[in-house]
Amino acid sequence: MSQDAKKRDYLDVTGGWLHTLRGWIDARFPMSKLWNEQVAQYYAPKNFNFWYFFGSIALLILVNQIVTGIFLAMNYQPSATEAFASVQYIMRDVNWGWLIRYMHSVGASLFFVVVYLHMLRGVIYGSYKKPRELLWIFGMLIYVALMGEAFMGYLLPWGQMSYWGAQVITSLFGAVPGIGNGLEQWIRGDYAVSGITLNRFFALHVVALPLVLVGLVLFHLIALHEVGSNNPDGVEIKKHKGPDGIPLDGIPFHPYYTIKDIVGVTVFLAIFAAIIFFSPGLHGLFLEPANFEPANPLKTPVDIRPLWYFGPFYAILRSIPNKLLGISSMGLAIVILFLLPWIDRNPVKSIRYRGPLYRVLVFVFAITFIILGYIGLQPATPFWAQIGQRMEELYFLFFVVSWIYTRPRSWVFLALAFLAVMAVITAFDWLGWDAAIAHLKIYSWLIPGIYSMIFLLLPAFFSKLVEPLPVPERVTWK
Amino acid sequence: MKKILAALLFSLLPLAAFAQDEGVPLQHTNINLSNTASLQRGAKFFVNYCMGCHSARYVRYNRVGKDLGLTDVQLESYLMPAGGKVSDTMVSAMPQADAKKWFGIPPPDLSLEADSRGTDWIYTYLKSFYLDPKSTTGVNNVVFPHTAMPQVLWELQGTQKAIFTIVRNPDGSAYEVFNRFEPVTPGKLTPEQFDRADRDITNFLAYMSDPIALKSRDLGLRVIGFLIIFFVFAYLLKREIWKKIH
Repeated sequence: MSQDAKKRDYLDVTGGWLHTLRGWIDARFPMSKLWNEQVAQYYAPKNFNFWYFFGSIALLILVNQIVTGIFLAMNYQPSATEAFASVQYIMRDVNWGWLIRYMHSVGASLFFVVVYLHMLRGVIYGSYKKPRELLWIFGMLIYVALMGEAFMGYLLPWGQMSYWGAQVITSLFGAVPGIGNGLEQWIRGDYAVSGITLNRFFALHVVALPLVLVGLVLFHLIALHEVGSNNPDGVEIKKHKGPDGIPLDGIPFHPYYTIKDIVGVTVFLAIFAAIIFFSPGLHGLFLEPANFEPANPLKTPVDIRPLWYFGPFYAILRSIPNKLLGISSMGLAIVILFLLPWIDRNPVKSIRYRGPLYRVLVFVFAITFIILGYIGLQPATPFWAQIGQRMEELYFLFFVVSWIYTRPRSWVFLALAFLAVMAVITAFDWLGWDAAIAHLKIYSWLIPGIYSMIFLLLPAFFSKLVEPLPVPERVTWK
Repeated sequence: MKKILAALLFSLLPLAAFAQDEGVPLQHTNINLSNTASLQRGAKFFVNYCMGCHSARYVRYNRVGKDLGLTDVQLESYLMPAGGKVSDTMVSAMPQADAKKWFGIPPPDLSLEADSRGTDWIYTYLKSFYLDPKSTTGVNNVVFPHTAMPQVLWELQGTQKAIFTIVRNPDGSAYEVFNRFEPVTPGKLTPEQFDRADRDITNFLAYMSDPIALKSRDLGLRVIGFLIIFFVFAYLLKREIWKKIH
């Protein structure tokens, strides 16, 4: 009795028919039990900060995409002759169709903004480390499914960039040795992207991938609620429990984080609304100008580029002249994120206690990703390809340095690591030597050079820079 | 032999076009979507000068009427072809097959032209036609070299010729760079009046690209206003609930 009374029960309705109804349901379905276990008595650390808004916001956007998507599907025609016109029909003739479509298109872009911030949060506070490796893997699977969902959705308006973007990306499968051509045709259902491709992408976009996404999100949440949330201090709140078995630094998700998330969601919705109502295309970033022209298989646009959220990976793909190598490095750039829990095995989770150099490392990684995104949207010139190559090197070096920072290393180890890294990079330059951009190659060599000097040579001399700080026993708050 | 030479010369034409295409800066339109009078004038110009060949197949007359403050009677007497319904879309009377025969390519639909090309491009393009006897239409355009479109607005703008400067490469080859226009015959409108007409047409094309932009800003302000008020209450409630946490 005391245990029951102590736990706050927010579904408690005193008397009346609602109370009776609740009892009737609970005898047949664990409604109150689910609510209590997953929400009202799910104890989250009390020290969540700004970075912890993005999980619930991502969930909100998923709901937004599904609901607006249902209404769009009511009026959209998935055929090569009708698709483009049916989008204009939605924009002009369907009541509030423009709002639903802008909520869907802007929502897709903001989904990636929020997911990228959510992933960066995981990196900053080491949320992928034991016991949250599977939680991170489910999250990465969501990200990959989301990329597929966005890519297929982008074909549906059947504009020039829809068509040629799909043409380029599906052609990547043609580079697979041996089965390439067959695979490419199997995916397209035709020799080139056509109405057949549109039909199957529509089916995958509205049925298959949403099911996968919702299922993965469920797994992500189940894993989260099993191991409990990490926090900005990276300490386990379950280590210090009160006599009632409740973590001392934990507070019930409801009402504390439901109300806090409502505040965060309100700010997010204001930004969402500002873009929808004032600049839904966001100067060509969210809706590309070339996509206002219907798909024309006979007219290749001058520049084919994906939407901004694929920019970083597109830059990696293009920066390597060899098609198969480019595709492999793009794939590796995604696969390596899955492996992060086994690359960075430093027992200290949070960036707060990992020394000053690790902070700089993560900051530079975030900047590298943004620069890669920018390069992905630039015309394919030798200059951008070369800078893209250098940024790609920094992208992968982050993982190398993270692995090296796993434990204290001797100065000999660090010096040898520096030499090894620079030798590999120089070897790549030598293999891909291009006399036409010799100066650019030599000068830009300094980019990974200075990077490795800062993150590998500097700690060889000043070991304090990477020494972990004492981690508090309990979370710090206020 | 002559034929082969001519074919060879012709195959070089795109290269010349590419050379001329470089560095024609677009002029800023400075249009205002909330200027209804400008949109109404633009609609009139569009119907009179553009719709002979181009359609705006996604745009309905009565939607234009509603957004631009025109009654059905006004639409029927000023904008619409005789015998049409106000709920019709703005489709040109020119058959596509004929258009293709006459111009080489069918004139593109202009419903979304402002979104795909940009308003500055349209504005500069419309005023950049110049006399060119080598062209089948008698004119050429510095923004879009070898455009298939004739200078439809010539009676308003008049005609002009383009002055190019010859630039020599270090290796001795030369290419032409557009320098300026010089008027040849005056049009019905003064240059200032024509500039306004050009801007009106661009404004109307921008309206057609995204007709809801006229209203969405007002609605957006109200939505964001509500969210700000909601934020204040949500934040106060959050502070009240969180008081218990130490």
